[in-house]
Amino acid sequence: MSDTHASNARPGMGEAGTTRTSHEHHELGFIRKYIFSTDHKVIGIQFMLLGLVFFVLGGLFAMAIRYQLAWPWESMPVIGDLLFPNTGQAITPEFYTMLFTMHGTIMIFFVIIPLLTGAFGNFLIPLMIGAPDMAFPKLNMFGFWAMIPAIFCVLMSFHQPGGGPAAGWTAYPTLSTIESAAPGSVSAQTWWLLALTWVGVSSMMGAVNYVTTIVKMRAPGMTMFRMPLTVWALWIAALLQLFALPVLTAASLMQVSDRVLHSGFFTPTNLVINQLNPEGAGAAAGGQPLLWQHLFWFYSHPAVYIMVVPAMGLASDILSVHARKPIFGYKPMVYSMSSIAGLGFIVWGHHMFASGMNPALGMTFMVATMMIALPSAIKVFNWLGTLWGARIQLTTPMLFILGFIAMFIIGGLSGIWMAATPVDIYIHDTYIIVAHFHYVVFAGSVFAIFAAIYHWFPKMFGRVMNETLGKIHFVGSFIFTNGVFYMMHQLGMAGLMRRTADPYDYETYAHLQPLNVFITISAFCLFVWQIFFVWNFFHSMFWGKRVGRNPWNACSLEWEAPSPPGHGNFDHALRVHRGPYEYASPDVEEDFFAQTREVESK
Amino acid sequence: MIMRITITLLMVALLVLGIVSWADYEFWLMAPSPSHYTWWWPEEMSTLGQRVDNLFWLILVMVTVMFVITMGALILAIWKFSAKREDKAVFIHGSHKLELLWTAIPAAMLLVIAFSQMSTFAAMQFDSSMQDEDGHDLPVLCEIWGSQFDWRFRYPGKDGRFGTNDDFESAYELVMPMRDTEKDQDKKMVVFLLRSRDVLHSFFVPHLRFKRDAVPGMTQRIWMAVDDEQMAEIMGGREDKTFDIICAELCGWGHYKMSGRVRVLPDAEYEAWVEEMTALQFGNS
Repeated sequence: MSDTHASNARPGMGEAGTTRTSHEHHELGFIRKYIFSTDHKVIGIQFMLLGLVFFVLGGLFAMAIRYQLAWPWESMPVIGDLLFPNTGQAITPEFYTMLFTMHGTIMIFFVIIPLLTGAFGNFLIPLMIGAPDMAFPKLNMFGFWAMIPAIFCVLMSFHQPGGGPAAGWTAYPTLSTIESAAPGSVSAQTWWLLALTWVGVSSMMGAVNYVTTIVKMRAPGMTMFRMPLTVWALWIAALLQLFALPVLTAASLMQVSDRVLHSGFFTPTNLVINQLNPEGAGAAAGGQPLLWQHLFWFYSHPAVYIMVVPAMGLASDILSVHARKPIFGYKPMVYSMSSIAGLGFIVWGHHMFASGMNPALGMTFMVATMMIALPSAIKVFNWLGTLWGARIQLTTPMLFILGFIAMFIIGGLSGIWMAATPVDIYIHDTYIIVAHFHYVVFAGSVFAIFAAIYHWFPKMFGRVMNETLGKIHFVGSFIFTNGVFYMMHQLGMAGLMRRTADPYDYETYAHLQPLNVFITISAFCLFVWQIFFVWNFFHSMFWGKRVGRNPWNACSLEWEAPSPPGHGNFDHALRVHRGPYEYASPDVEEDFFAQTREVESK
Repeated sequence: MIMRITITLLMVALLVLGIVSWADYEFWLMAPSPSHYTWWWPEEMSTLGQRVDNLFWLILVMVTVMFVITMGALILAIWKFSAKREDKAVFIHGSHKLELLWTAIPAAMLLVIAFSQMSTFAAMQFDSSMQDEDGHDLPVLCEIWGSQFDWRFRYPGKDGRFGTNDDFESAYELVMPMRDTEKDQDKKMVVFLLRSRDVLHSFFVPHLRFKRDAVPGMTQRIWMAVDDEQMAEIMGGREDKTFDIICAELCGWGHYKMSGRVRVLPDAEYEAWVEEMTALQFGNS
């Protein structure tokens, strides 16, 4: 920790005028300040707490899935009586279907996206570009509060007569559109679709705000190419949301219409379900199940990049700070993120190589998918370039970012098989896919989120998290993450399909149970290990060591503000003179050259 | 220092894990087990399977090279540059030459992969719509119907036409003729129609490296073929010569039990089976 910035006092800024201070605002009451707040920092923290709470719920679902796969239909010790009193303390096939449906839904729409764009998007964008708040603070508040109906709808969907949604997080028709096809999903699936729509509304409010704020509200001197890569990444992710979300919203309303009004967007004629012609459904009919898949993946593939591009941005910033070295290839990083976003719109078909889609179209998607591997590779090489010749500080955030890079390499490389169509036909929907996207989204994005929480915690609460506990948290998480997801590649090679409640009746899978037991035990350990994080997080929030404005000696603007920043963020006027990564600059004595620091020309 | 050693060890472990998973094919996981199944993929016996597996190996070699280089560089960088240094880090913002280098090389590798798979994909997807010398579509062996939660196979019977009264149905077991390797290539293909009665299913035969969704409202022409020599080599000494059909697309609560088996018979035995099924169809005839 530096001496110069250890205190929260304003650093000497010469005669630069102070126009806004946190104290000029009149004090708001508790409700306006912490609950119905228009302050981007409070909204960011609200999103973060929401995401972390749902992370626990989604994690519990994952544990139940793992239990079933290791010991199918066996009664659960201790908690079985409590959870499944009527079914012999064991998971039923219907319940298992709901488990993986809701695990996916919650992790994607209530954890990763709110944490990355909601929490860090809100908290960091104005601070990093030197703005007092978002462009539309009230819209921003609405963005958070639109999550409440989403939560209401998703919780309602658990409670419907017959059970929860049962069509997977991808909700493929006709399983999702015809009630009698999935007897449990009478109204649960409709609630589920409404939840998705509300999450979309929330994301849309956020995205409009981020794009406008970044374009219009940068501090003097903050050109686009002086913005930290986190801001670039969030900007690109917001653009992705702006262009892709309307399609998902339209599609889910079409599916609601198919379910409730018995229209036939996705429902073909002459279906026979349970020896019956389904009542209502098929009346209009003549629909196409593949249409949903196209619409769904047109949003959900860009959504994959909404979940990983901000993580790449966070990783770049944290890496540079703790390596004490400028990011290697700033512009190539920006261009590669942009091309990921651009190509991200024309690769959705790679989810559908086995779907019966026109194979000529498949060929086109294959080439585009191959090409999107390239910008990811460029980013990895640039991170390695940043580390080379650095002065690496192995702090907790840095450890998580190094873990992120290591595991993103695995997740990225395994994606190449999926792009190769003939191989993909075999591995499509097997555990190789499960391994791949968990390497990207869990070992990638979630590790980056952990790193970001450890890194920006001092800015959020004015206190640092405990380093020792943080390191223990990292080492265990890293080992168990690989224990869980690396082994899934092996399951997938043996051909094990995802979403199979009890695979061992198949001759092909009978021998895989011991491997699944190993994975399950690793997963339980991984889940329990997060206690170190939970304890550290809440303990440090109240009793952590107090720090000043800039505990990491970082260059970017958010560290100019007090920790935590007051309403209006900065207590002095800002002028930006250089890029955000001037570490180890020979022009100054210290090893960081803050963006706002003025020096007399030599 | 402890952290530096720990993280280096962790990364090395990851690197070793990566390489081991390649090596396991050769050493312990492929060791024959009583059930013939390993942690690697099931034996292939289709005429295209070898090409799919070869493509997998091509990518595995390329990916392993990239994995070792990048993970090696990461480990080396952590080890080398995380020592307590008094001086500043190197002040450098990038290198145009390096960027070009590490854009061009992966791009070339990806293009190699992209182009080397096209013919296999085309053969998989388009060959079922090929026509014979007289311009007729290739004959369809049977219709594959998916429904919650079983597979049914509807054969046209001896007249080779659907919708006549000698059609018969086989549940659970798909019986197909094994074609002689000596005959020419397109005669070896066995063509099916893939359909679904209710929701999406996916027809997956791991041994034949085949998977395709059965979509309600769509009839798809697909083909599979078993390589007789390959099959004789693998299945020759076994009592049960059938293998799994698996539903690979979520189709409801009973998805996990939607199974079937493939039985491949030499032409003569296949004809006999058709006779037998027809006899069953017409009772005493």
